[in-house]
Amino acid sequence: MEFRIPFGTWIESGLDWIENNLSWLFDGLGSLYEGLYDAFNWIFAGPPALLVIAVIAVGALFARGWKFAVGTALGLLFVVGVDQWDNAMSSLALVIVSAFFALLVGLPLGIWAARNQHVSNVVKPVMDFLQTMPAFVYLIPAIGLFGIGVAPGIFATILFAIAPAVRLTELGIRGVDKEVVEAGQAFGAAPGRILRQIQLPLAMPSIMAGVNQVIMLSLSMVVIAGMVGAGGLGGDVTKSLSALNTALGVEAGVSVVILAIILDRFTGAFGMKRGLHLVRKLRGSASNGNGASDAAKQPA
Amino acid sequence: MSDSIALRAEGLYKVFGKHADQAVSRLEEGASRDELGAGTTAAVIDASFEVQRGEIFVVMGLSGSGKSTLIRMLNGLHDVTAGTVEIGGDLITDIPAKKLRDIRRKRVSMVFQHFALLPHRTVLDNVAYGLEIQGMPKTERDAKAREVTGIVGLAGWEEKLPSQLSGGMQQRVGLARALAADTDVLLMDEAFSALDPLIRREMQEQLLELQATLGKTIIFITHDLNEAMFLGDRIAVMRDGRIVQIGSPEDILTDPANEYVEQFVADVDRTRVLTAESVMRKPRASVHPAAGPHVALKIMRDEQLSAVYVTKRDRTLIGWVTDRDALDLVRQGVTSLETIIRDNHGAVAKDTSLADLFIPVVEAQLPLAVIDERGRLVGVVPRVTLLSALGGEPETEASPRPDPLPTEVVDEALEAAVETGTIDAKEVQ
Repeated sequence: MEFRIPFGTWIESGLDWIENNLSWLFDGLGSLYEGLYDAFNWIFAGPPALLVIAVIAVGALFARGWKFAVGTALGLLFVVGVDQWDNAMSSLALVIVSAFFALLVGLPLGIWAARNQHVSNVVKPVMDFLQTMPAFVYLIPAIGLFGIGVAPGIFATILFAIAPAVRLTELGIRGVDKEVVEAGQAFGAAPGRILRQIQLPLAMPSIMAGVNQVIMLSLSMVVIAGMVGAGGLGGDVTKSLSALNTALGVEAGVSVVILAIILDRFTGAFGMKRGLHLVRKLRGSASNGNGASDAAKQPA
Repeated sequence: MSDSIALRAEGLYKVFGKHADQAVSRLEEGASRDELGAGTTAAVIDASFEVQRGEIFVVMGLSGSGKSTLIRMLNGLHDVTAGTVEIGGDLITDIPAKKLRDIRRKRVSMVFQHFALLPHRTVLDNVAYGLEIQGMPKTERDAKAREVTGIVGLAGWEEKLPSQLSGGMQQRVGLARALAADTDVLLMDEAFSALDPLIRREMQEQLLELQATLGKTIIFITHDLNEAMFLGDRIAVMRDGRIVQIGSPEDILTDPANEYVEQFVADVDRTRVLTAESVMRKPRASVHPAAGPHVALKIMRDEQLSAVYVTKRDRTLIGWVTDRDALDLVRQGVTSLETIIRDNHGAVAKDTSLADLFIPVVEAQLPLAVIDERGRLVGVVPRVTLLSALGGEPETEASPRPDPLPTEVVDEALEAAVETGTIDAKEVQ
């Protein structure tokens, strides 16, 4: 039984090399993550909780209506009630920063993969790898690269959450009606213009579903990232796990669920085109509502 | 010569799959499409044709015959594997992408089978799309788009989204978008195939109306032979990637190049394709107005006619006279025909379709007169000719129906029968 592939050792020495030679890059990334995290955390956790809740509820009112607004307000008040507000807001900041970077890399990569078969062939297995690798495993090298704290949590979250952004963007663009793209070409539009005016708008439902998935995966990973000292709700979940503290675990856990539902409905609203509907309504184009009845009339 | 030709395709090949160039040389040596082997598909094989300016050129074939691939090579949506395409004298094959886009903007636009409208833009913005790409300022292009939207009959619908329109109206938007771009050449890929039959007919008629005023060069793809026959000035029939016949609708119908085309045209509604001109016969006789009733009567007797058309020296049709009227004049000793010429001749123009001939033929007292655009008698359509044209072989002469027996002969025979007691006398009464 002498045969053994020292795969783990290879990767480890590879990471060691990166740590030694690219530390400037990861130091820079780490500071960037932390800076952004602090900024968002300051926005959400700085002002009084009730003020933040009111602002979020107004946002919910515009996105989906009064039921969602009331639900959001009640849910967040519950979070305050179980004394998880600061944790929840720091988790929210983590999610926003991670999702932002995941989308910043994932969306362009998805677009590129949709337009280039070779890129797609490479990106696909990489995404399979990132998505199926047990989430904890990312944390180990992340600590090595960034040390303990928020930065490794964000880094691991980005890796874990990026796949749907890439996949659903590529899928959405590839799924755009071929004839419509041909129409753009036939009238002499340049590729960039076709992307901007035809492919992206028509792929938007799929892309927004990707955004939604990225945010949800970020949230689930952010909890796991509590293990490496990223704090937030994840920190309390980890703490309750080691102390077998059911009460704390349930309170932190339910807060995660509430945050998850609110985030999902917010982003889902845009995926369902309600966001676009809202934008149009705000622009004041009143012709939208009576369209169906007009369509029945034939022109003379 | 090149001035009158809007688009020329020469030796076009499109082969999908590996070893496309090899496949082309094998096809050139006479290999058939099936011999190419798996993974290599020849969609278009050696297609050559010229389209005249202002012409509606229809490419017709069943699905899989390569017609959609062919039309996409005409504006470079598909690269050609071999061959050349010229639009207005400019080569569009193997040119840089930027130059090709420029030609697409200004020279050739396209209407799609499933409309291919931008669903998130209003009707007006869709119509203005080509102009927007051309770089026209917003106010200017909106004004033009509004005008074209009106031309296709969609005034008042400018601010709707395509999803709020019926299929026929959506395709009008597609047509307006192509017309607004103001290109010489218009490619229409199965443009009306997705519409239901009544709307399709309406759109075909509207296209012909528009074409009469705009005079675009239109290349129209269809799998519907009736549509091809109705719209096309000339038709190219495609089968298995090859063009098997190019000709006018009547050529295709009356002189199919091979059995395939013949089978294809078997189902065509001939009454809509064939015209009076294609089935008419030479008029057997006509009379000059200055000729007297004697001459007219003599002609009718010689030709065994009961009436005859009256034409001037340049064959302009004036009317017709009957043998009974002429006989009266002869008996009265009148020497001029003028008084008995009837002008309700009911003549039809020579491009009238057969479908519109039936009623006039029934109403006419003598074989229906066919006149040209200057009112001259160019032929007649007897009832039998019209019927035999429907059968598909207009050349065959109908066998003459014998005249009824003279009454005296019949009476004599019947009286004889009564006398011999074969039948009862009452039956004869």
